[in-house]
Amino acid sequence: MEPLHIASAILVFGGTFFMVVGSIGLIRLPDFYARLHAAGKPDTLGEILIVLGLILYEPFSFITVKLFFLSFFILVANPTATHAVAMAAYKRGLIPWRKEHR
Amino acid sequence: MDILGLFMIAGIFVAVSIVLDLYRAFSGPTVFDRVMAISVIGTKTAVIIPLIGFLFERPGLFIDISLSYALLNFVGTLVVAKYLERGELWSPYT
Amino acid sequence: MEEGAQVSMRNILIFKFLVLFVFWILLSVWALDHNYPGQFNAIHIAQGLVASAIVVYVLRELILHGEKIHVKLFRAVPYVFWELWQIVLANIDVAYRVLHPKMPIDPLLIEFYVPYRGDMTKTWLANSITLTPGTITILVEGQRFIVHALDKSFADPLLIDQTMQKKLMHVFMEGENDSTS
Repeated sequence: MEPLHIASAILVFGGTFFMVVGSIGLIRLPDFYARLHAAGKPDTLGEILIVLGLILYEPFSFITVKLFFLSFFILVANPTATHAVAMAAYKRGLIPWRKEHR
Repeated sequence: MDILGLFMIAGIFVAVSIVLDLYRAFSGPTVFDRVMAISVIGTKTAVIIPLIGFLFERPGLFIDISLSYALLNFVGTLVVAKYLERGELWSPYT
Repeated sequence: MEEGAQVSMRNILIFKFLVLFVFWILLSVWALDHNYPGQFNAIHIAQGLVASAIVVYVLRELILHGEKIHVKLFRAVPYVFWELWQIVLANIDVAYRVLHPKMPIDPLLIEFYVPYRGDMTKTWLANSITLTPGTITILVEGQRFIVHALDKSFADPLLIDQTMQKKLMHVFMEGENDSTS
């Protein structure tokens, strides 16, 4: 394989790893606010890494521009959506989980 | 191994992570958990669609669908979050 | 854009129009696939112009309204790269905490005030907090921020050092001239 393709595969699998980790965190973490950490961040980075890998795989064309647009949009939109859901939960009075100190 | 095969394996892994998210969407204790899980599933779908497009060697068409899907997912999450926060979608005072 | 360009109302409208029109071109006109030829003709471009103008007119008060923005582009670029690096660090941290068998988390809510006045600055700060390690913005009300942190060690940079607030203040020139009321 060409070196560019190897770099592309590494980026795509890095993004996949972070997405799977985000899903595991979504299941394991104890409460809603802690799950938000596993929902917002790994998704953003995973999406950006996978899209970067696809950009490296594709020779430069209009597809590159569209993929870059997609990546930029996710970078802006994903934290905003996370914040919207968090604010809704906070205003409805959901109480965060605390570790018991003894 | 062909790189398209690697893309297919990556897509399968992302699909497995979507199944894991479905558990949280199905059995979330609060409704916010479900909204968050559905939002995450939408983001991951917007990633899978370009991968499928490269597998079918028609990426131009699939990336358009992916862009539209990401936009709709974002707007839908915002609308549901606003509705859950206020109990109404439109009020004349804000 | 040299000396902290003040973006006026008209330029914001033109900017929104250009973003919408570029998106239209990306989605419908500029498709060079041989299976799916794009419609690069006058009718589709005119449709895009009319649709973008209508959307900008209808949503003219929705976003970035009634606010003067001071931004220095050559200060914003290093901040964006620093932020991308912070995203990578944040994900490694989340991966460590999730995959650790005992899950070393001790979540807490913290609250602090920022000296900013511009909405744009607060939006950047909220999104940056969400993307940096261990913190998520819960509520923004006026100048009050409520942040959920996964551990006590992540709360200290926001409460004591305030590096991110200072960096953003540097980018958006808040506090450097007093005309931004």
